[in-house]
Amino acid sequence: MQEIRLRASGIVNELVREGITHVITLPDSETKFMYDAIRKAGDITVVPVCREGEAIPIAAGLWAAGKKPVVIIQNSGLYESGDALRGLGIGVNLPVVMFIGYRGYKRHGDTPDTAARFLEPYLHTWGVPFYLLEYDSDLDRIPMAFKHAARDSTPVAVLVGVEYADESV
Amino acid sequence: MIEYGDAVKVISKERGDAVVITTMTQSGFWGQVSTHKNLDIGIANGMGKASSVGLGVALGRPDRKVIVLDGDGSLLMNLGSLVTVAGQQPANFYHFVFDNGVYAITGGQPVPGHEMVDYAGLARAAGYRNAYSFADVETLATELPGIMAKPGPVLVNIKSKTVLPRGPVDQTWESNKRMPAALRAVRKTLTGS
Repeated sequence: MQEIRLRASGIVNELVREGITHVITLPDSETKFMYDAIRKAGDITVVPVCREGEAIPIAAGLWAAGKKPVVIIQNSGLYESGDALRGLGIGVNLPVVMFIGYRGYKRHGDTPDTAARFLEPYLHTWGVPFYLLEYDSDLDRIPMAFKHAARDSTPVAVLVGVEYADESV
Repeated sequence: MIEYGDAVKVISKERGDAVVITTMTQSGFWGQVSTHKNLDIGIANGMGKASSVGLGVALGRPDRKVIVLDGDGSLLMNLGSLVTVAGQQPANFYHFVFDNGVYAITGGQPVPGHEMVDYAGLARAAGYRNAYSFADVETLATELPGIMAKPGPVLVNIKSKTVLPRGPVDQTWESNKRMPAALRAVRKTLTGS
């Protein structure tokens, strides 16, 4: 039987509690169950994008319209979004939380995937604060990330270090 | 071919209380005619993301029209946004593309596919509800009221005369404060906070 470490439903509950109105996303292999859980919850509008670089600018527009969006993309998509993060995230002091699929993450090291190896140095270089989720017991880091983004008016990342569990098995 | 200054005058007459997102050369010309600067967001150094910011505003405030003044080079940098916009079918989204065939801001180098790309055709194929192309300002002025009365998403391609900037790109601490300030001004106007 599969060990449940991080339930997508737990994260969606946190998003609902935070009053999130829109999730802007390009699905990846790590977030399938997250995507399903958001659709099932029905309280949040999902905005699919063709390329991750669109996500932060759409979030900026939604924020200007008074909404509270989050971005859900993979680490490789974050790299593709670099200039959008610079210009329309950091550059406009956008208080947005980005859930980043930590593809390739191995908590014990020995990480062959550069998408994983570069993620934390990348965020440090750009000055983007981040929080790591690996277990349901880490869910209290989500409200911390939202408070951080609002307090400093800045993009904050939540790194999702494991695949969300399929709760149906 | 249509002069930028003439095109923005025609668009401003149909603006009403729309939020207007501009980028690159369009921002300067729009600034000369806009009468609601607290509803304008100029996207500087945005690498083609004006349409994406506009989509966000349009989804967040479906009761209010959103006008995007895009450039052909900018749209080419974010061409997938046509499909993303069409996927949402925002009825309040009006997307103008100033099509001069060049990257004016960097000195007039031709964009890929210039004189071949049909932006209105791309928009139609992506799923925009309507798309048009104009090469003379008289026809644009005659047709635009009817176009703006119909639901979006709509793309209006404007065959434009090239205008090259006279000086270097404005990159100062003050100029870099404009975009965050504009986002907050629009948010305050739309939400009161």
